[in-house]
Amino acid sequence: MRILIKGGRVIDPKNNLDKVTDIFIDKGVISEVGSDIDYELEGVELEVIDASGKIVVPGLVDMHCHLREPGFEYKETIETGTASAAMGGFTSIACMPNTKPVIDNAAVVTYIIERAREVGRVHVYPIGAITKGQEGQELAEIGEMKFAGVVAISDDGKTVKNPALMRHAMEYAAMFDTTVISHCEDMDLVEGGCMNEGFMSTYLGLKGITRAAEEVVIAREIVLAETLNVGIHIAHVSTKGGVQLIRDAKRRGVKVTCETCPHYFTLTERAVEGYNTNAKMNPPLREEADVEAVREGLRDGTIDAIATDHAPHHIDEKNCEFPMAANGIVGFETAFPLAYTYLVDSGIMPLREMIRKMTVNPASILGLGKGSLSENAKADVAIFDIDEEFTVHTGEFKSKSKNSPYDGFRLKGKLCYTIVNGEIVVSQGILL
Amino acid sequence: MKRDLLGLKGVSAAEIEAILKGAARMKYNLLHQNKKAPHLQGKSVVTLFYENSTRTRLSFEMAGKYLGAAVGNISASSSSVQKGETLIDTVKTIDAMAADVIVIRHPMGGAPALAAKHAKAAIVNAGDGMNEHPTQALLDMFTIQEKKGHIDGLKVAILGDIAHSRVARSNIYGLKTMGAQVSVGGPVTLMPPDIEKLGVSVFNSVQEAMIDADVIIGLRLQLERQKSGLFPSMREYSRFFGVDDRRLRFAKPDALVLHPGPVNRGVEYTSSVIDGEQSCINEQVTNGVAVRMAVLNILTGRNLQDADLN
Repeated sequence: MRILIKGGRVIDPKNNLDKVTDIFIDKGVISEVGSDIDYELEGVELEVIDASGKIVVPGLVDMHCHLREPGFEYKETIETGTASAAMGGFTSIACMPNTKPVIDNAAVVTYIIERAREVGRVHVYPIGAITKGQEGQELAEIGEMKFAGVVAISDDGKTVKNPALMRHAMEYAAMFDTTVISHCEDMDLVEGGCMNEGFMSTYLGLKGITRAAEEVVIAREIVLAETLNVGIHIAHVSTKGGVQLIRDAKRRGVKVTCETCPHYFTLTERAVEGYNTNAKMNPPLREEADVEAVREGLRDGTIDAIATDHAPHHIDEKNCEFPMAANGIVGFETAFPLAYTYLVDSGIMPLREMIRKMTVNPASILGLGKGSLSENAKADVAIFDIDEEFTVHTGEFKSKSKNSPYDGFRLKGKLCYTIVNGEIVVSQGILL
Repeated sequence: MKRDLLGLKGVSAAEIEAILKGAARMKYNLLHQNKKAPHLQGKSVVTLFYENSTRTRLSFEMAGKYLGAAVGNISASSSSVQKGETLIDTVKTIDAMAADVIVIRHPMGGAPALAAKHAKAAIVNAGDGMNEHPTQALLDMFTIQEKKGHIDGLKVAILGDIAHSRVARSNIYGLKTMGAQVSVGGPVTLMPPDIEKLGVSVFNSVQEAMIDADVIIGLRLQLERQKSGLFPSMREYSRFFGVDDRRLRFAKPDALVLHPGPVNRGVEYTSSVIDGEQSCINEQVTNGVAVRMAVLNILTGRNLQDADLN
């Protein structure tokens, strides 16, 4: 199929492009970007998308999500998860290894890649575990996983507790040119807490988690990266202190990158009031000063990427006592509108910079070669309407799970089209 | 609309007043050997406890029985919270047996609120994690009002492990609503973050918290806090944060000494304070039954002219 996207505002941060123009897609790749495209070829089907008044951007890249397959198909599958991603404008997503079995060997990596090829609606890139079974004891077969197709390694929600083992992982992974992602959480400091430690934990009578639990591990990873001169990527930064540690490290030239998630720049711990388990995540929602710091970190470039941490859970895992509820929220279908509404529409950062953090930046941290509209690149494109305000209805999500604190939110940045490899996956907001 | 007693957070002074008034009548009955009152005849009360408790549970049970209710008890071990039937399912099961009131104690904050969303029966919170223990605070306030004639304008010091205490939180909400001035005193490791935002003065010295107090409420110290590294030893705790006769003199000479029990003798209070003239600790237990009778009576909807909770 050939597609002509006409008259949209094309924003491609990688190529410093932001202007109203057309895009011609042929044979699955971006064939041409320009205003006087000669597309009148006889006898070949042409789909014309009128993008006037819309923005046309590289398909979004999510460097941190949970697809739950294999093992937790009751929460999400590769099929439903990628459908949800497509409905969020994501065309490339990297999934965390906390499946059952854990993605800690080449066989599971291959399974996921094959399964995604069969039923996936977008590109799926597995992230392998750092240690076997995410148990923090022995290194997983990082080299074999890399050759099978992982784009990074991470023990996801389980910080590698032993700093010597983490050091070895970082050095070993560097040899295979593999990004190491660290979920920073000192379980001794967590002490069984289930939300941010602050006024709201006192008010609700719930055990809080000090920010230090996140920050001491961020500091440790920075020290390891600096001392050993290797890279590290910090997952879902949520605190003011964490942003500051990374900002200082970057100034010194440490090879550190980081991401945050929309919930850390849109919500505070107040969302937990009423024991709202849909506002329970890890790291927990923090306070106003942290939200401000995360926004500033995004604005000044300290924070490289916006990831979803899409974490689907069954309703029974949320409809229970707060301390027992599962951590995490679904994120694909609200990520772009939240980022647009809270960062761009509110004047914190230019649209192009926000899109950079959802496309080329995460793609380059993982080495995907995605996230641009360069000519001859695979045609992964998303088209959004950033003017029309709409209401979030979590019940309409394509994800198998609906655990989101954003039900009823009024946002801007509605998805119109998602194109993957030159195929239209979402058309006029409807999943095909 | 079903009425529950989930906490004192957000409960008005008029509502608290109504319960205390009801409790006064119940206490009169109790002390005059009328322990088969008809208020709850034909009603049923079930206690559902996920934590060990003897006094609170017995207090609710006696309160129900003294008013003529059928009372049933379910004990679920804390481990069954993790494994067995969900709280929602358990509550629905009790509901299906036509219970009018379910009294819940649970190790996690917010559990009674969750139960209330799914139950037709009225839910009474008998202590949820570190959140609230409203009937304890009501019986404390009842005791204070009985002895002092009023709560408004009094200075109340709450001492000890504030961080883990649902008794402290319910008392803070209730006492503040009733116009008392509240100070809290205890080691920094047992003080919850931003507690001053609840409108209390915070001290890391019990003496300072107690200065000119009309009432002191010592909180029970759990040994497990020592194991979590929050204080070094009972010995050191009692030396710096326990109340003895000498330290008691920082409060007003006629200050009331309260404690939710059970007391660790020689830790929160010395025996001389526990057994001293200012102590109301035993009377609190009687008042607890009276307050719970009043609460059950109000929640089961009889005598609406007496009181309206929400």
